[in-house]
Amino acid sequence: MGRMTFVFRRLLLLVPTALGVTIITFFMIHLIPGDPARTILGIHATPRAIAILHREWGLDRPLVDQYWLYMDRLVHGNLGTSLYYNTGVSGLVTSRLPATLWLIIYAAVLGVIISVPLAMIAASRKDAVRDHVVRVVPLLGLGMPAFWLALILQSELGVRYQLFPVTGYGSGFFGHLHSMFLPSLTVAVALCPVIIRSLRASMLNVLGADFVTTARAKGVPGHRLFVRHVLRNAVIPAVTVLGINIGFLIGGTVIVEQVFAIPGVGQLMINSIFERDFPVVQAVALVFGIMVVLVNLLTDVAYAALDPRVRFDR
Amino acid sequence: MSAISLSAGAGAPDSPPKEAAAERARPRRHRWYRQPALMAGIGIIGVILVLVIAAPLITPYNPDTPNFSAALVGPSAHHLLGTDQLGRDTWTRLLYGGRVDLHIAFLAVLLPFVLGTILGSVAGYFGGWIDMIIMRLVDIVVAFPFFVLIIALVFVLGPGERSIYIAITLVGWVSYARIIRGEILVAKRQEYVLAAQSGGLSNLRIIGRHLLPNVITQAIIYAMSDIVQDILAIVTLSYLGLGIQPPTPDWGSMISNGQNFLTTHWQLTTIPGLAVVVTGLGLSLIGDGLADLMRPGQ
Amino acid sequence: MSQPLLQVDDLHVQIAGRRGIVRAVDGVSLEVPAGEAVGLVGESGSGKSMTLRAILGVLPPEARVTAGRVLLDGADLAHLGNSQLNKIRGPKIAMIFQEPMSALNPVMRVGSQIAEGPQVHLGMNRRQAAERAVDLMRRVGIPDAERRYRSFPHEFSGGMRQRVMIAIALSCEPELILCDEPTTALDVTIQDQILRLLTKLCRESGTSLVFVTHDLPVVAQVCDQLAVMYAGRIVERGSVQEVLTEPSHPYTLGLLRSAPDVDHPRSSLEAIPGSPPSLVSPPAGCRFHPRCKFAEEDCTVTEPPLRLIDAGHATACLHFERCLDELRTEGADR
Repeated sequence: MGRMTFVFRRLLLLVPTALGVTIITFFMIHLIPGDPARTILGIHATPRAIAILHREWGLDRPLVDQYWLYMDRLVHGNLGTSLYYNTGVSGLVTSRLPATLWLIIYAAVLGVIISVPLAMIAASRKDAVRDHVVRVVPLLGLGMPAFWLALILQSELGVRYQLFPVTGYGSGFFGHLHSMFLPSLTVAVALCPVIIRSLRASMLNVLGADFVTTARAKGVPGHRLFVRHVLRNAVIPAVTVLGINIGFLIGGTVIVEQVFAIPGVGQLMINSIFERDFPVVQAVALVFGIMVVLVNLLTDVAYAALDPRVRFDR
Repeated sequence: MSAISLSAGAGAPDSPPKEAAAERARPRRHRWYRQPALMAGIGIIGVILVLVIAAPLITPYNPDTPNFSAALVGPSAHHLLGTDQLGRDTWTRLLYGGRVDLHIAFLAVLLPFVLGTILGSVAGYFGGWIDMIIMRLVDIVVAFPFFVLIIALVFVLGPGERSIYIAITLVGWVSYARIIRGEILVAKRQEYVLAAQSGGLSNLRIIGRHLLPNVITQAIIYAMSDIVQDILAIVTLSYLGLGIQPPTPDWGSMISNGQNFLTTHWQLTTIPGLAVVVTGLGLSLIGDGLADLMRPGQ
Repeated sequence: MSQPLLQVDDLHVQIAGRRGIVRAVDGVSLEVPAGEAVGLVGESGSGKSMTLRAILGVLPPEARVTAGRVLLDGADLAHLGNSQLNKIRGPKIAMIFQEPMSALNPVMRVGSQIAEGPQVHLGMNRRQAAERAVDLMRRVGIPDAERRYRSFPHEFSGGMRQRVMIAIALSCEPELILCDEPTTALDVTIQDQILRLLTKLCRESGTSLVFVTHDLPVVAQVCDQLAVMYAGRIVERGSVQEVLTEPSHPYTLGLLRSAPDVDHPRSSLEAIPGSPPSLVSPPAGCRFHPRCKFAEEDCTVTEPPLRLIDAGHATACLHFERCLDELRTEGADR
């Protein structure tokens, strides 16, 4: 009961944030100097088109009314119409969402697979050579442009050694696994610094804790000690840190999709930017915002699931 | 930890007086020049700064002017790192590009720093509804992936240097606000603050003169990683063509220019990227070194 | 005389500190007979916790045993590898810690933590271990044991948590339990309950105890033998009866005087002047001499050895008779 109310309360707190997200995306049109309709339509700006847009978006009505119209359409699943593709944006987004989700999840999995062992190695002997070596990895990773790494991986592993396809999403489960490996690895590399650092820090914290001494004094053997006592406690703060940085991860997928030509939401956004297809850019920004909000909720749920103290402390 | 914490040296009357005096003289923090991470970082950044600032002295070439007779030359005596498809010397472009990227990144950090610090102090110190509003705003901005917001803003505002500054400021202030607010929430309960308040000092003076100097270090440490983030953002925008406009040299557009020649002239793309990585490494080392320095000694 | 259960022989533990090597335990020898409770008393920093941890090999990473032996059934624990020590920890020797709040794994259910020992050491399966855990919980006086098996540590009070720790210690029926100030962090009323429980259970099963504390009255309640530690060394040793009625070291005398005595209320408690010495460079000669009011010239020269002054009663003070004189005059004053 305690945990459910915790999750529920978190959900409630999200509502104003989600609303705020819609407000910001709504406001984006009004950041453009001049008549938004004219700017948006650009070359398509005929007086008739401008008039239609004015009516549809209520551009001559007070802001509040405009926002109402916006929200009304949103709630009905209408994200607007793409100027370039000439079709509903919602359809565009839903068709491209799977590829992006694949990228995010695959990258998260790879990130964890790479980071956890490295963090363990570093934490097992603090300040030893292996610890310093592992600690350099995040320092390099933090400063590495994702698109640059993407280009290099593409050129080496894709073109030169022909191990992976250089572009595209692939088809079928294993096709996706194969095609998405390089892009996901690129995003994972951006993720690793954060995971390694926070996991190492929390492991060191836990290793020095009293209950670990108790477990040692109980004669609990190494591997069991590590998994059940150390890791189980160390992941909790690491999950929180991961959740905080997940926005960054999701943002990284945008550029990676571009380089690897993956038909995802990020690529849609960039293409629309170049086509000045404003409705799409606005809608995608909204989608990303909601995605981050949902992931944060997921992180909170995971935290509540992992830490039994949560029921009572909040 | 267990009951015993053996503090060596906890025995003034018994240690020889000389040793006791020396222990008092040495400050709690380790000397800053003894920190290997910090020194390495300062070293790296120092070298980079010298190179980019002294660019005109180091290289005779002009970074913008094409020279088609020397297009796509490999590394050689005349051209340390070769030339690009327009015959421009890569080493020169690297240095001048560094000037552009680095000066924008360093400047771009300042406004969010100031804005975030102000909003964070106000939120933390006064609390109440103003805190709630500012924190709601933070939550909303944070809800967007950093890069998505930057790219959307630059799109809306038009590509170029000015938009970069505006976009980064609008998005980047939140981290500083959070850090400063957190620190102030803790610090304002300290006795020296209560003393200042009962002494009748104005809130502004308390925040500015008493609280901020003590809490600003965390923000400065964060600023190091923020500069790295900004460099990445600038470089990525330029790669996409939304940032620094050609012909101004910049590491991102260099990578973009060179990508078609990856198999033949890999240095065109690889070197600028490495420059970004090394700069990031130096700055991160400084940030980590500062953080280690500030941590209370064990 | 039968072989003692545990024999600590000239144990030395050093800690690598920032200002030098800290000689935390500097030549401690101890014997624990089977079925008896031995108290180890001293101030913070005297090395008593380190001694205990060295016995079981759970020293903090900066500390190491540099000399000496810890003999159990003929084997030297100080020179065993970790995996061999793991076979001892639990079934032969168990340990109870001071802070029940932090000594239990916060994300693991209490019952599982009690059951873990039997699973690992006694080869029980989950169900058997769970049954045993519930049984143990009842024995240590945790009400509603079956239901509370599934509770987490933060749902228990301090006293209850300590009972859980005792249950864990007893779970593999060890021959010896090492107690590191188990009641210091508890309320006074709970302290008494826990002490009684511990003594009762140990007497019932014939388990030996090594009980570390800075609290003399507690030692009087629980232990048969007593050793007083100061600055990493033992300065007096004997039966509880002897040491407390005829203290033969100025430090012991000081401890007695600074402890409130309900039976003989004094007008003021005397603290021992000065502070514990540096363990990096301890004072020359007797380590207590800077704070000792009976100190003389010869006390500053060589470190006095622990000598028997009576059957089973040893002291490291060259002028121990002064303590007895003090007591007599004090007794006469009353």
